[in-house]
Amino acid sequence: MLYIKCPHCGLRPQTEFSYGGDATVKRPELNKEVSDQEWDNFVYLRKSPRGKHLELWQHISGCRQWIKVERDTLTHEIFTTLKANENL
Amino acid sequence: MSENFRLEKGGLINRNKKISFTFNGKKYFGYEGDTLASALLANGVHLVGRSFKYHRPRGFFGAGVDEPYAIVQMNRNNEVDPNVRATEQELFEGLEAKSVNCWPNVNFDIGAINNFLNKFFPAGFYYKTFMWPKSFWYKIYEPIIRKAAGFGAASIKHDKERYEHKYEYCDLLIAGTGPSGLASAYAAAKNGAKIILAEDKSRYGGSLLTSEVTIGNQSGQDWAEQIISELKSMPNVIVKNRSQVFGYYDHNMLVMSERVSDHLPKTDKYTPKQRLWYIRAKEVVISSGSIERPLVFGNNDTPGVMLSSAAKEYLKVYGVLVGKKPIIFTNNDSGYETAIEFKKNGVDPIVLDTRKDANSEIIKEAKELNINIKFSYVVVAAKGYKKVNSADIAKISDDKKVISNIENIKCDCICVSGFWTPTIHLASQSGNKTKFNEEIDAFVPSHSKQKEVTLGSANGVFTLEETLKTSFEKGSELSKQITNKENKVPIPTVVEKKSSKYDKFWCVPLPEGKNYKRFLDFQNDVAVADIQLALREGYRSIEHVKRYTTLGMATDQGKTSNLNGLQLVSEVENKVVPQVGHTTFRPPYTPVSIGAIVGREVGKHAKPTRKSPMHHWHEKNNAVFVDAGVWLRPRYYKQGNENLFEASKREAKNVRQNVGVCDVTTLGKIDIKGPDAAEFLNRVYTNSWLKLPVGKARYGVMLREDGIVMDDGTTTRISENHYHMTTTTAQAANVLSHLEYYLQLVWPELNVNVVSSTEQWAGAAIAGPKSRDVLQKLFPDLDVSNEGLPFMGYMEGNLFGVYAKIFRISFSGELAYEVNVESDHGNFMWEKIMEIGKEFNIQAYGTEALSTLRIEMGHVAGSELDGRTIPYDNSLEGLVSKKKDFIGKRSLGKKAYVAANRQKIVGVVPLDKKTSIPEGSYIVKDPKAKLPNPKLGHVSASCWSVEYDNPFSLAIIKDGKNMIGQKLYALSPLRNKSIPVEIVSSHYVDPKGERVRS
Ligand SMILES: [Zn+2]
Repeated sequence: MLYIKCPHCGLRPQTEFSYGGDATVKRPELNKEVSDQEWDNFVYLRKSPRGKHLELWQHISGCRQWIKVERDTLTHEIFTTLKANENL
Repeated sequence: MSENFRLEKGGLINRNKKISFTFNGKKYFGYEGDTLASALLANGVHLVGRSFKYHRPRGFFGAGVDEPYAIVQMNRNNEVDPNVRATEQELFEGLEAKSVNCWPNVNFDIGAINNFLNKFFPAGFYYKTFMWPKSFWYKIYEPIIRKAAGFGAASIKHDKERYEHKYEYCDLLIAGTGPSGLASAYAAAKNGAKIILAEDKSRYGGSLLTSEVTIGNQSGQDWAEQIISELKSMPNVIVKNRSQVFGYYDHNMLVMSERVSDHLPKTDKYTPKQRLWYIRAKEVVISSGSIERPLVFGNNDTPGVMLSSAAKEYLKVYGVLVGKKPIIFTNNDSGYETAIEFKKNGVDPIVLDTRKDANSEIIKEAKELNINIKFSYVVVAAKGYKKVNSADIAKISDDKKVISNIENIKCDCICVSGFWTPTIHLASQSGNKTKFNEEIDAFVPSHSKQKEVTLGSANGVFTLEETLKTSFEKGSELSKQITNKENKVPIPTVVEKKSSKYDKFWCVPLPEGKNYKRFLDFQNDVAVADIQLALREGYRSIEHVKRYTTLGMATDQGKTSNLNGLQLVSEVENKVVPQVGHTTFRPPYTPVSIGAIVGREVGKHAKPTRKSPMHHWHEKNNAVFVDAGVWLRPRYYKQGNENLFEASKREAKNVRQNVGVCDVTTLGKIDIKGPDAAEFLNRVYTNSWLKLPVGKARYGVMLREDGIVMDDGTTTRISENHYHMTTTTAQAANVLSHLEYYLQLVWPELNVNVVSSTEQWAGAAIAGPKSRDVLQKLFPDLDVSNEGLPFMGYMEGNLFGVYAKIFRISFSGELAYEVNVESDHGNFMWEKIMEIGKEFNIQAYGTEALSTLRIEMGHVAGSELDGRTIPYDNSLEGLVSKKKDFIGKRSLGKKAYVAANRQKIVGVVPLDKKTSIPEGSYIVKDPKAKLPNPKLGHVSASCWSVEYDNPFSLAIIKDGKNMIGQKLYALSPLRNKSIPVEIVSSHYVDPKGERVRS
């Protein structure tokens, strides 16, 4: 079970969090013309990297904040955790 | 059988307390402090079971967790416990155990015929034999294998025992209380670190319990006892026996299984049988010791052949002789310790040492005691079927290839010592890259991935002096990093006997013309020939060899067999062992009971149960409840002998004719506040929200980004910047996370806050043509006329002194209102509604009637919003704004979503107006078409229409728009039904929606 450092609450067990996928995906702006390709990339296509991955987790049984976690998908090592508005 | 093998004195058992127990129905005696194994051996019982594949007789091989044979089934406190290792089970008064894997009994086992048919059971026999013909698998092979396989039978009864989970955090977790565990724990404890020290046996001390050493001025055993009692008195130390750390998971999370009551005849009230500890440790010290390696020779699985260290443990800890005419077969000095113990207790052993010659303190001592030692000697084969009665021994050449001078000598046990294998399971589980140590021919931990260190013999260190030195130092160093304290403890001096070099020889060649089975894996009956066969057949990877031959699998996980298996593969393959590599060690290190894994989360405790504030009223009024997510909701209220169908029909009818009330507390509620709330809702919902006036509610549908409907519900503008959103019961949590996602990550510039208020409000839906009358009497001061409180209107009121929110919204399709009060007043509100509604014939209705009402109205719910449908499919396209952008809008233009024959919701009525259509039925054109019959869609919800008094269903079918009026079929192959139906509008009742506005 992972041990995740919520930037708001501190180290908490994985069971308090829920996973939210790739944190680098950016939603196209509202009312902006986007091609089918761009939209499909946003909705469906995700990389499945072996190694470092910046991902979203929500501290669902804690402060309910969405946070960013840089994790190694192979070793589960967590390098850093960030608040929603922070970037690497 | 009744011969006594217990010594007059000695051992750590309590000879003042005699204990009676039964094994295979026969009564025996032992002492407090015995294990089932030691007590049976004291009674001369060696035959305890049959082997897995060939059903060969099985005795005891070890004295602890490594035991591959002695697995028994226990009856304790009227509960069956399968898969119990007799070497671990402590004796208690009245213990009942029996053998497994044999029928009709252990002495006469029909399955043993496999032993004589063993040509048919080579490596991979399951794969080869049972592959053909295919039809034989289910009928013949599988049932036979099922009957023959496994260790004991699990009970099919509910386990009444209690199992607990515990979470703990510590600076250092130390697994094992041998010298390295004790020393590192002691040093770390003195530095003030928070420590958990775990021992899997009942007694602390590990190898110190059986070795002849001096630490400081004490015997090893006394030293261990003193350290343990000091550690137990320290507030920063948790010391646990009967506790096996069996799993090493990510981020230094370890799991330990504590056998709290297994050693007692009965579990005390409120005490668990077992407790599972989830431990998050800053540092982990693995001091799990080592396990003696078997030597491989003919019939080496015969009862009476056992590890030399086990024989020594039975002698020194339990005062039990495993035999009175022992052969000690060894390739190192450890065997001599056992020989000397036998000799000291008046038994003459013969030592067969594979080495040509060896000299050390201990060999000298053995010689001085006149022990018969034969160098360059091996056991060729054990003789005897149910028990060893003699052995063929022989001289072995210097190159270990040729045996000569075979002779048969009498014996009653053969104690083998093939040197030691470090127990690296936990280190390996942690991700440690192990390395091969040539000197000891075994893998040891090397490069750590997590915060762990392995000490003592588990790390391949076999001298006490070095073990204590490194363990004291490491314990001090690790704890100092955490506590910043340093209280140096002096490292005691050690007196121990130095060992001479061991011989790497491990497998005795077969004599000319003999074909003895030489076992590698005792639990799975894997013999040398099986591995050779697997290699001949082309298996190369050790992982494949393992799976093909079952080497190292099953409950003992190859604790005694792994290395010899590797040696053999490397010999045949002409590779060195490190190239072959070892198979992956996975948790658990020892079997863990399912009960311990599940813990208290059984039955009703498997998930939380949420009840509305009106729950007690429902109970009193004969509600039959149904699980709705984690909520309990009344399904119907039973009157007299009514069944579900009759009751729900009555309740639904009463709503259509008079008035009903339904507990809607479980609906998700989200409070939304902030100056940008309207803009936010406008982006979340498919319809327009910017112009909703204060005091008005609106129905809305929200999508996922892929265009699929996520949820629906009404949201009400309470004040300028304050909205009250409702969600379906099932989606409440997901919708909140969804809203938080967009507010925190996508549109952080919006000034909006959301919070769940589901539990703050109790809700009652009052529905039916007479609902306004009830409402007026509940709120006599309010104008609740159609003008005063129109459809989708909202007002606040005073319900006999209680603040209430009143929404004119409807799920039933009738004139209806929802009244919310603070949860604490929920029951008060409910009782008032029932009291006032009496004169209007009010009746409470449950979820079944609620479903009926919404289905015949064509209102969609969870069975239509099933994660596969878009707004159009549910005839909700009118709510999709063309002007503004919102979540998921861009996806709605996808080709499949705008296809002319896109699926759409319809109504379905059976032609006979009688036959109910099972939910999940397929709608097809031709019920007799060739399979697979192309389906048009499926029936999502069914009810008995109370309006028309015939069955009615909703279905989502291809080109539903153009199917109205068609005669089709509803097929339910599961129920073997084919029902002719007509497709009608999904709005079966009041298609213009006049009632809700009346
Ligand atoms: Zn948090």
